[in-house]
Amino acid sequence: MRVMPPEECNMKISINNEQHETQAVSLAELASQLQLPQKGVAIAIDNQLKPRVSWGNVLLQEGVRVTIIKAACGG
Amino acid sequence: MELTREQRQRYNRHIILDGFGVEAQQRLLNAKVLLVGVGGLGSPAAMYLAAAGVGRIGVVDGDTVSVTNLQRQVLHSTCDVGCPKVEVAKERMLSINPDVCVDTYECYLSESNALDLIRPYDFVIDGTDNFSAKYLVNDACVLSGKSFSMGGINRYSGQLMTHVPGTACYRCIFPEPPRKQDVETCAMVGVLGPVAGMLGTVQATECVKCLAGVGQLLTDAMLTFDALSMQWERYELSRRQNCELCGDSPTICELKEYAFQPCKMR
Repeated sequence: MRVMPPEECNMKISINNEQHETQAVSLAELASQLQLPQKGVAIAIDNQLKPRVSWGNVLLQEGVRVTIIKAACGG
Repeated sequence: MELTREQRQRYNRHIILDGFGVEAQQRLLNAKVLLVGVGGLGSPAAMYLAAAGVGRIGVVDGDTVSVTNLQRQVLHSTCDVGCPKVEVAKERMLSINPDVCVDTYECYLSESNALDLIRPYDFVIDGTDNFSAKYLVNDACVLSGKSFSMGGINRYSGQLMTHVPGTACYRCIFPEPPRKQDVETCAMVGVLGPVAGMLGTVQATECVKCLAGVGQLLTDAMLTFDALSMQWERYELSRRQNCELCGDSPTICELKEYAFQPCKMR
């Protein structure tokens, strides 16, 4: 993820159990900043999975736990 | 049907289990489960289902045992290398429990055989190793109104979900598979052997619970496991109303366009 200069870092969140700072307002912005693939990836906020179509409407809040889950095909 | 004396002994630890009893065991004995893939996930699932006394177990897999399978596919032994996995599975399950019937289908699930193969069974366990097959299992089960447990593993981690009619399907979480260049198979990135066992065992647990009618299933949820931190996490979701398959106005109404290897029925 893009590292922000200190004065621009305005929100602390955790992503897959690592602390990050982001300026992203919505989940869609965060996904775009993280350059997540368009397919095969799900995102949960505080253990609630958010469908991709809703990402634009999901606003990030200080301290949320974001989990990025990639579809695994092994068996 | 009354349990025989031998069955009462064999299934004693189920029968004395609080909330289980003879009735739940009889439901298992009358149940039919289809295992799609008897590799890493399917191996423990096959053994636990046979041991538990699931009356009829179908096994679909067109593959033969290779040396690279043995690190995690605990159903298969070194002497089985080169043998059809379904034959090894049948022999092993019957040796664990001759009380069960095993149907073998030495082929890969495909768009042309999936609905017919799934139809006679009550529950499907996905133990496949590629996205085409996972989406096919999901789509065929949802279209046929069948319950299933879906599992996926790679590296040090895995993920699981259970579907029963009316609850979220795999496409509610992942509408489409990743692009080819983003796919990581176990052959590419490896997988820690016991992770397959842990996840396949959870799938068997879900299947037994569903058939026996005990507990709450892992529906409208995804369970993930990471062996490095030894953490399980459960994520909740709802059936997606705009899901292409199980939503209110589905656009996927039949099976099509899955890439598969040719089928050899046995």
